[in-house]
Amino acid sequence: MLELDAINAGYGRAQILRDVSLTVAPGEILCLLGRNGAGKTTTMKAIMGLLPLMSGAVRFKGEPISDLPAHRIPGLGIGYVPQGRRLFGELTVAQNLEIGLMVRRAGRDTLEDVLGLFPRLRERMQQRADTLSGGEQQMLAMARALCLEPELLLMDEPTEGLQPSMIEAIRQVVVLMRDRGTGILLVEQRVDAVLSIADRVAFIENGRNVDTLDASALRADHSLIERHLGV
Amino acid sequence: MLATLEGAVTAAVLALTAVGLSLVFGVMRVVNVAHGEFFMLGAVLAWWVAHLAGGHAAVGFGLALVVAPVLVGLIAALADVAVLKRVGYDPERTIVATIGILYIIQQVTLMTYGPDARPVEPPFNTRIPLPWFEFTDQGFALYWPWGLSTTSYKLAVIGASGVVLLTVRLLMTRTRIGLLMRATQLDRETALAFGIPVDRVYAVVFAIGAGLAALAAVLIVPISQAHYLMGGDPLLLSFIVVIIGGLGSLPGTVVAAILIRLSDGIISVFFSPTLAKILATLLVALVLVFRPQGLFGGARA
Ligand SMILES: Nc1ncnc2c1ncn2[C@@H]1O[C@H](COP(=O)(O)OP(=O)(O)OP(=O)(O)O)[C@@H](O)[C@H]1O
Ligand SMILES: [Mg+2]
Repeated sequence: MLELDAINAGYGRAQILRDVSLTVAPGEILCLLGRNGAGKTTTMKAIMGLLPLMSGAVRFKGEPISDLPAHRIPGLGIGYVPQGRRLFGELTVAQNLEIGLMVRRAGRDTLEDVLGLFPRLRERMQQRADTLSGGEQQMLAMARALCLEPELLLMDEPTEGLQPSMIEAIRQVVVLMRDRGTGILLVEQRVDAVLSIADRVAFIENGRNVDTLDASALRADHSLIERHLGV
Repeated sequence: MLATLEGAVTAAVLALTAVGLSLVFGVMRVVNVAHGEFFMLGAVLAWWVAHLAGGHAAVGFGLALVVAPVLVGLIAALADVAVLKRVGYDPERTIVATIGILYIIQQVTLMTYGPDARPVEPPFNTRIPLPWFEFTDQGFALYWPWGLSTTSYKLAVIGASGVVLLTVRLLMTRTRIGLLMRATQLDRETALAFGIPVDRVYAVVFAIGAGLAALAAVLIVPISQAHYLMGGDPLLLSFIVVIIGGLGSLPGTVVAAILIRLSDGIISVFFSPTLAKILATLLVALVLVFRPQGLFGGARA
């Protein structure tokens, strides 16, 4: 459903991504792995239309989306959980979720569904987002993206700085979304945190994607990971 | 006492103007140097509308109250799309661009409206005597001295400004467009990633900001007069108010406007207008040194 076709992109004149290609199918978790500064976040931004492409194309459900203005892209059904959460800090939990709901005019049912996944948010609807704990903030960032009933979910390091129980909670939601048929592109630093749930793993290095492997192959042979990440 | 009331009228109008400037800076990070010209344009358009409408003063004025801010808002939205968007909202380039807009508006006004100052008749203007009190041998006494008075129109200006400021506050905190504006202000990129048409939000904000300045000018033009160079003072004072009140803080802006105008009025009466200006400038310097986020601005990350 998502297809990056040899995209080149960067900031201003500094090119970061070089001929990056990858695909995500519905109901699949593709994990994007790479070292710090490899270009994972840049890839996400390029998909969301936040960076102009130098060449190549992004297609969603077969339609090219890279020519659309950025604000039209989420409405197609692409939810984004940015690195570092990027909540609207001065707004309440309820208002952050409302912004997610507005994207595709989702209603109360969607909100109830999302709050069912993250019950801790329900008790804090009127609290300012920047006063939430780190874990709650990450939940809110996920919930905000789920509020637009995404068919494709982009998640950039959703477990950054979280304790194991919180990571587990988020992992369960990710698996649930996959089982509902959502395509998921997941960026992670810690291989072990995602290897168990990923279907395929794409490695990116210096803005080039070097390889895409089945997760089962990596689980069977751990040395493959070390080779690709060079750790 | 009289100085206080006169001060309150100008404070109300200044608060409206400054809130417009503050809104534009808060959401768009644009320092709008042309803000004073939108104010002037409001006053000049008010004169045109009142002039063309004829009839009773209240008809022309009532019409101007709606037409001038809306027209100025449209012009501002056009300037945003045609100029500010083109320079990518880059902080330095927008300053230069708005200076350009300033001169264009000023010169076009000079060419069409001319160099004269022209009055607009207030819609109503009853004289209201004010009481004064004094301690005499018989004790406390109230009386109405001749010459100490205000007009119903001045009180209406204060009231109307209060209503408009309250409306702006409700717009920002209670409505959907307000929510979009605040989200855009807090994180432009994430706003885009959640489908908020940031370009359109910017155009609306710029229009509202300019419209507020124009509205303030329509309110004040029956008391002062419409002139093509009248935009300088409101611009300067709005900057002072916005810096003291804290960028993007609505209550701070209002309190700062009252503070500046009342102290200005009182110091001007008892000492000299120059001293008042010096003190205001000094206050700005002190605020900038000791509380760069303004008196009411929260610390920004
Ligand atoms: N706004 C920007 N302007 C210029 N260069 C940038 C910008 N953002 C990122 N870069 C550069 O692009 C490169 C890739 O950054 P990116 O954020 O995509 O890395 P990443 O793979 O997400 O890393 P991390 O794991 O640390 O999040 C880095 O060299 C970075 O310095
Ligand atoms: Mg990153």
